[in-house]
Amino acid sequence: MQQLADSLLQTGFLQGVPTEAGYALVIAFFAFVLLNFIMLIAGVTSWLERRVWARIQSRVGPNRVGPQGVIQWLADGIKNIMKEDIVPAEADRPLFKAAPYLAMMGFFATFAVIPFGDGLVVADLNVGVLYITAVTALVVVGILMAGWASNNKWALLGGIRSAAQIISYEIPAGIAVITVVLFTGSLSMQTIIRAQGWAPWDWFLFANPFLCIASFIFFVSALAEGNRTPFDLPEAESELVAGAFTEYSGLRNLLFFLVEWGNLYVIGALYTTMFLGGWQIPPITEQPVIQGALQFATFFAKSYFLVFVAMWIRGTLPRVRVDQLMTLCWKYLVPITFANLIGAMIWFVLFPNGLAIMRFAMFALGVAVTIYFFSRILFHLRRARPRLRLNPIS
Amino acid sequence: MLNPYVALLMSFALCALVATIMVCASWILGPKHPTKTKLEIFETGNPPLGSLRGMRFPVKFYLTAILFIVFDIEVVFMYPWAVIFRQLGWAGLAEMAVFVAVLTVGLAYVWRVGALEWE
Repeated sequence: MQQLADSLLQTGFLQGVPTEAGYALVIAFFAFVLLNFIMLIAGVTSWLERRVWARIQSRVGPNRVGPQGVIQWLADGIKNIMKEDIVPAEADRPLFKAAPYLAMMGFFATFAVIPFGDGLVVADLNVGVLYITAVTALVVVGILMAGWASNNKWALLGGIRSAAQIISYEIPAGIAVITVVLFTGSLSMQTIIRAQGWAPWDWFLFANPFLCIASFIFFVSALAEGNRTPFDLPEAESELVAGAFTEYSGLRNLLFFLVEWGNLYVIGALYTTMFLGGWQIPPITEQPVIQGALQFATFFAKSYFLVFVAMWIRGTLPRVRVDQLMTLCWKYLVPITFANLIGAMIWFVLFPNGLAIMRFAMFALGVAVTIYFFSRILFHLRRARPRLRLNPIS
Repeated sequence: MLNPYVALLMSFALCALVATIMVCASWILGPKHPTKTKLEIFETGNPPLGSLRGMRFPVKFYLTAILFIVFDIEVVFMYPWAVIFRQLGWAGLAEMAVFVAVLTVGLAYVWRVGALEWE
């Protein structure tokens, strides 16, 4: 960001403006671009998610607005803006109105430290990871506030359930993050990415078994923190109407859903940063602009693949019960992460610079598992496909 | 050199601004016909029973919150330790192993007492 702002200021684009104000302008511009990017991502994700589920459940899904229904999200957004903004008479008005803003800000604040490329980050904080765990808590406050202020039984239950779930899963997620911090020695997102390489065997996912376990725990906990199926109890339609958002209508409801879909991308981006090597690509060109664009594309592809995995999970798995949810967190994930952390510590003291042979072994194992998985999928697809009969009599 | 926290503050402000603009747009464009029934709280179509103010909810939620505070504070202690672990070596490992062992004893106690049961 600093280099980008410097190079922009050197072109004389902002002549006569004091340097500090110039920086501030450039950063405000990038934050604005980022905000629009997020809106676009959240919208397109909402459309794609519906299409993907439809495919999984043998339906068609939204395909009317635009080619294949790509601008369905825009139509939905406009429709939501045109709706009446109802505040129930018995609701706590200021809290009820403030809740969506809090959730939205907690969600947008995480994007400020997500590195989309080398230098392509709004604010490269030296406490980036800690900052993310801190601001995502704002979303909990927003949801809890929405549930409480609605003065509705479903909403209150949904709100406190959501709070209990999110804070419980913060613990395994936090310890999984610590495992990564252990190996990098820094909390900055850019440093974590620079500690990895462009090649898959240089990623933290394959660095050693402990980081691999930590990556799975992080993904599960992140899904639970983002209120995603199979952990979407706070808004379980069959139990709680719409959870904390029962009383919300029109645009305020849309803001909550924007947060939910945007959070999917945040999960993917965090996972990519910590375990999949972030924007790292081999040095292809000398051109900084093309290199930057390729880095951005790499980061985006990796993180959007994880968004797709989350959609896939949502289309495949049923919802868990509340007691199963809490048991999974406190009785399985927390002890496993503690044991994993101890293992990672011992590994790090024994091999401070990593073991090349372990990297390649883990990578080979990962490739083998992936190939086996896809061969099973192909096998089942072939078995499920009805045999083509051209002659009905035979 | 610009302080990165200024950038954060600006993105917070921008986000609040955009959300406000969207809500205002909805207020201008949307219809406004509040009726008594529409402003009632939704209780699957029945007239709402009683008020929620002062309503009690299960103690297990408080218990989860208390457990969270205990364990999350411990996790926060681990962050600075993890950052400088490279310099600490075996001594750091031993210290953190003791710390985690104490935490595990706490978790085992909580488990035994039945605070993790959720029915």
